[in-house]
Amino acid sequence: MTSIVFYFQVHQPFRLRRYTFFDIGVSQDYFDDAENERLMRRVADKCYRPMNELMLRLVEKHGGAFRCAFSLSGTALDQFELWAPDVLDQYKRLADTGCVEFLGETSHHSLAFLGDADEFAAQVNSHARRIEKLFGRRPTTFRNTELVSDNHVARAAEELGFSGILAEGADHLLGWRSPHHVYRPEGCERLKVLLRSYRLSDDIAFRFSNRQWKEWPLPAERFASWVHEVEGEDSAIGLFMDYETFGEHQWADTGIFAFMEHLPEKVLRKPGFRFETPAELFERTDPVGRLDIPYPVSWADMERDLTAWLGNHMQRSAMEALYQVGAQVRQAAGRQPELLARWRRLTTSDHLYYMCTKWFSDGDVHKYFSPYGTPHDAFIAFMNVLDDLARRAGQAATAAADAPSSKERAQ
Amino acid sequence: MRVLMLGWEFPPHISGGLGTACYGLTQGLAHHGVEVNFVIPRAVGDEDTEFVDLVGCNQVPVRMTTVGGGPMELPVALPWMQRRAETVAADAGAGAADGEQASAAAPGAAGGELRRAGFVDPVVVDSLLRPYLTEESYARAVDALGGHAGPAPGGLMESLLGFLNGERDLPSLRSVLGAAAPAEVPDGAEDHPAAAAPPAASPDQPGPPVYLHFTGQYGSDLLEEVARYALVVAEIARHGGFDLIHAHDWMTNLAGAAAARVSGRPLVTHVHATEFDRSGENYNPRVKALEQLGLDHADRVVCVSHYTAGVLRKRYRVDPAKLRVVHNAVTHEEQEHEFHWKKNIPEPIVLFLGRVTFQKGPDYFIDAAARVIKLMPEVKFVMSGSGDMLPAMIERAARQGIARSIHFTGFLRGKDVERMYAMADLYVMPSVSEPFGISPLEAMALDVPVIVSNQSGVSEILSNALKFDFWDVEDLANKILALLKRRALREQLIDEGRDEVRRMRWEARAELVRAIYRELVA
Repeated sequence: MTSIVFYFQVHQPFRLRRYTFFDIGVSQDYFDDAENERLMRRVADKCYRPMNELMLRLVEKHGGAFRCAFSLSGTALDQFELWAPDVLDQYKRLADTGCVEFLGETSHHSLAFLGDADEFAAQVNSHARRIEKLFGRRPTTFRNTELVSDNHVARAAEELGFSGILAEGADHLLGWRSPHHVYRPEGCERLKVLLRSYRLSDDIAFRFSNRQWKEWPLPAERFASWVHEVEGEDSAIGLFMDYETFGEHQWADTGIFAFMEHLPEKVLRKPGFRFETPAELFERTDPVGRLDIPYPVSWADMERDLTAWLGNHMQRSAMEALYQVGAQVRQAAGRQPELLARWRRLTTSDHLYYMCTKWFSDGDVHKYFSPYGTPHDAFIAFMNVLDDLARRAGQAATAAADAPSSKERAQ
Repeated sequence: MRVLMLGWEFPPHISGGLGTACYGLTQGLAHHGVEVNFVIPRAVGDEDTEFVDLVGCNQVPVRMTTVGGGPMELPVALPWMQRRAETVAADAGAGAADGEQASAAAPGAAGGELRRAGFVDPVVVDSLLRPYLTEESYARAVDALGGHAGPAPGGLMESLLGFLNGERDLPSLRSVLGAAAPAEVPDGAEDHPAAAAPPAASPDQPGPPVYLHFTGQYGSDLLEEVARYALVVAEIARHGGFDLIHAHDWMTNLAGAAAARVSGRPLVTHVHATEFDRSGENYNPRVKALEQLGLDHADRVVCVSHYTAGVLRKRYRVDPAKLRVVHNAVTHEEQEHEFHWKKNIPEPIVLFLGRVTFQKGPDYFIDAAARVIKLMPEVKFVMSGSGDMLPAMIERAARQGIARSIHFTGFLRGKDVERMYAMADLYVMPSVSEPFGISPLEAMALDVPVIVSNQSGVSEILSNALKFDFWDVEDLANKILALLKRRALREQLIDEGRDEVRRMRWEARAELVRAIYRELVA
């Protein structure tokens, strides 16, 4: 029996506006609300609404034989509530079918695991509570931001009560072994891991609309035939991708929706193949062996490492400063909970990603796109915001320190 | 491939970006096997013209020849004619007796086997033209000569234009200039220079003599001088010995067109700056007309940025089909600066270095300084350079109450420029209209992070620089503060910027130019 496990990542960050040095101490207007709203509305129209409708139809059409998982970042949930509440309703309907699993992640799509273990746990727990409240079930499968994982992340997920984790099926981790089995991460007692089958996943997520690709145009039937080549006892194929692949990264006119519409029936046509959610797979299957992930592996770029977020001076220094300020902000959270909420939005990994310079060596300035124009501008705005936040946290702490002393004087 | 390059300046005396770019490009072309007849204007009597046998250009020995415009009659051997004679000699394997001389003249011609390396043969034409002249500064230069150079007879420009229209021929132009009829070169000599210069001819002995016989007076005004220069270049071009002509910036446009007309060879007009960059809307219509002429006569127009290509399309209606962009690069000398200057004050220094003129946006620098100083009073701003806006800038600083924080150094040269860069914590180029702008690359090569305006050609090819719109003083101030406050940002720009500048080689740009040549010369 071979299981096909779809997991779709749904995420939108709160982008910063070009907050300048002159704004520090003056303005608390950090986020570019207009741009964030515009993008959320656009992606909702092009991707979330039509794709969710399609998912609902597929579940219904196949009488529960089509199943999949979503991971909804907390910032995406915030934005649905603000600007597209009907999309959130769609997810609730998907949850009601019983065929869809919602995964656990950090509430703010952060790299908190690398910055602050306590913050990591706090974000994971708060996200789990929110998912349970929205969809009625506490997540049992964890996936870290950008699929970043190593033995330590796996261990932490286990300690936080998860029974499974998703990770990248990088060749250098697996060696000769197949990505199409469930493993147990080194150092874990109960936790199981399912890996991303990156070749098949990227066929859909990246290559599908590439006219240079020799398989273009790719019919659902042919993709199903590749899936059918993975036969064997307790085999599983992890098809993990950004949900925005459908309709946003690849527009509707590429045929991506029609592809998805027909894929389940083509896959199910062959006996021995079925769709499962990660939790169902982990419940049913035992690991075939241990998997050692000694250093962090992500699903990004060719390198599958952290260089897209922590590859240069700016990114490393921003990361360091971010978590230093976090300590101050948490101290002040009693008096100013709003500061913590704002700071958490800064932990979203996209802010670091916008500072990435690794494409510069190609000599093409225009290849890079971010809301800020350049990675340096992204760094400048981020650090200025952080500066303001630290200042306000410092002031709150001073006020807190002053308060008891005045009390003492009264005594 | 041989190019008649109408360029500017030659080391060691290069006064600015135009000279540097011409020299860098010429070096790059030589690297790719292109042979360059490098003609430059320079006033005889300047100490620069004294040296001969100058070594440079990738260690290719170079002999400088001066074509006199003075009262004396100069028999001149154009160096590329000698070179051809020597090439013939080397090819013939004239070896034993003359081998030493031949290889001295043409390195690589060892053992009679000629390597196809490029050459640079400079020719100096006696002229008052130099980069960045204006009609006013030219008039001052003529005044400075006193009675030594009375004005040449007027009307030269009209005559030259008549020549380009086909209304006049070259001999009749000579008479306008008041020149005696030149001693005639034997017919056909230019086609068979080897015949005129026997294979065994020593490089020290002129090959076929070219007699240029002028009355020796400089033009009465700048445009007359431009026309006079064009006439001399036309005389040089008459003798052939090249496949195409490549002319740099407006003062050589007329010469380029004239040379193309006499020789029948294609013309490449290279635009480093337009009159609109120099003067904004108060442009000099006479200069603009000459630019237009150079562009209209050109078979290809090369410009230094997409920004400039846009100006050429909009303001000069240049046919996009003949327009090509080749960005400037950095010469080896610029990349390998080394200095041992140390900063002499602890305060952060923000530097502006360039001509203090409208085009360079010095006022935006002052206004941004005022904003930065409000938040970081310890920062020092330095404005290095001179120009017509300097007095206004000093007053502007005083009016804003920041006179104590802004230092005006005046025009800096040579080592003082390097020293100033070395003292700076960051370099700002707030140009309003900058076709390219090489100075940020020099600063980056010296580990100084830079902020450049988006209205500069260099911003098109720079990744490791902060950029802003010149009018956005708030954004500039914000970026200055960010660079002064955030060490990681400085390190980022310095580390990656150094490598980025090292990758910008003239050799690569010259390859693009050679490809453009090949579009014209099969």
